[in-house]
Amino acid sequence: MTAVRQLFQYELDALRERVVTMGSMVDKALARAVDALRTLDVNLAREVVKNDLDINRYRWETEDEATRVIATQAPLAGDLRAVISVFSIVTDLERMGDHAVSIARYVIDTAAEPPLKKLVDLPRMAEIGREMLRDSLAAFVQGDVDAANRIITRDDEVDALFEQVSRELLTYMLADPMTIDRATRLIAVGHNLERVGDRVENICERVIYAATGAVETPA
Amino acid sequence: MSALTVKTVLTSDRPVLDASADVQISIRDLDVHYGANHAVRDVTFDVPRQAVTALIGPSGCGKSTVLRSINRMNDLIPSARVEGEIRYHGVNINDPAIDPVIVRRNIGMVFQKPNPFPKSIYDNVAWGAKINGHKGNMDELVESCLRRAAIWEEVKDKLKESGLSLSGGQQQRLCIARALANDPDVILMDEPASALDPISTLKIEDLMRELARNYTIVVVTHNMQQAARVSDRTVFFSLNDQRQGVLIEAGATADMFTNPRDQRTEDYITGRFG
Repeated sequence: MTAVRQLFQYELDALRERVVTMGSMVDKALARAVDALRTLDVNLAREVVKNDLDINRYRWETEDEATRVIATQAPLAGDLRAVISVFSIVTDLERMGDHAVSIARYVIDTAAEPPLKKLVDLPRMAEIGREMLRDSLAAFVQGDVDAANRIITRDDEVDALFEQVSRELLTYMLADPMTIDRATRLIAVGHNLERVGDRVENICERVIYAATGAVETPA
Repeated sequence: MSALTVKTVLTSDRPVLDASADVQISIRDLDVHYGANHAVRDVTFDVPRQAVTALIGPSGCGKSTVLRSINRMNDLIPSARVEGEIRYHGVNINDPAIDPVIVRRNIGMVFQKPNPFPKSIYDNVAWGAKINGHKGNMDELVESCLRRAAIWEEVKDKLKESGLSLSGGQQQRLCIARALANDPDVILMDEPASALDPISTLKIEDLMRELARNYTIVVVTHNMQQAARVSDRTVFFSLNDQRQGVLIEAGATADMFTNPRDQRTEDYITGRFG
């Protein structure tokens, strides 16, 4: 392939770099939110809430940049799909940042209450979700369809853990109605982490779309 | 229907296919030689009825040659030799029994550079109809063609002025009106906007979409965005190792510009070669 469209290639690489940077910001937000949850660290939770503004701003800047690339470079075919995927991926990342904020708000709201139980499965869900996130960003940069397909299958692990957490918290509620409020809110935390897995799945679907043009969700 | 004129020159034993089918022109195994130069090799594709088909590809890939074959304009080049079938209303226009003048009346052409006659705006449109023995009301025909070419409002008060007095974009629309006066059902356009400014270009593109409601349009363009904007189908040509023009891929424009099947198409439309 002759070395033409170098400027466009440079701009596309810069867009991909922005996606990876935003992914790191979100990964860090999730890590801190779950740390705050485990240690009931309200200050750390407040920091997660505050830093989400940076994530939101970074998302709009990246969309602006992608819009500019479309307007000035008029990309087509695989190039167009790559840029379109950036729009979609930053939206999912931004929402993942919101999930981290929801978890942090739970910590801020409930830190004064006695913990319902020792948290094991929720941090494990976060761990898997974050691994999936980091792997999906690597797959995005490399256009690795096989990796994207493998990552998607890991969402089942997150879903299974969420189901387990929900069942366990239900037993608490049945045993002691006084725990209903705290248990319900903890299930909401689990739901946020479960959604992280779903959003990584979206990212992987975009990786596949960018590389192949296929829009079907893999079976 | 003008196409009947073509059919009447055929002997009765030649097949006449269903003219109502979705395919307006069917090109099969087309080869074009210019002397010893085998310019276009083995091209096969269909042109859908009342739609815009864009022919794209790098310089020298034969797309204009293919376009000119569709109304036998290559006959005017002494060294040109055309083989293969081009079926229009079911008849092969390359059949020696077919009069190329009648083919060109049915399949009009608009060129890269606007080329109005050095006559009045009115006469530019009326001229072809006059020599073809138009029996109806000429004023009505002229107005109707100028309206369909989206230029009536701009010229209705100066029909006696020279066609050359118009701007480039207006001249090109006048040439389209002139082509319409022969009552074609296919219009071939060879880079019709490449010599025009952006606003005139967009007017021509709008006009192409409007005309496609009643006419079949085949357009050669170097402008990828234009092909993406105006066409329903895109045909991509390139050069093989022998430097012959070959068809690489044909398909719905939306697919070709978002997810082409062939890597060579992808490389061309993303600007990585050509």
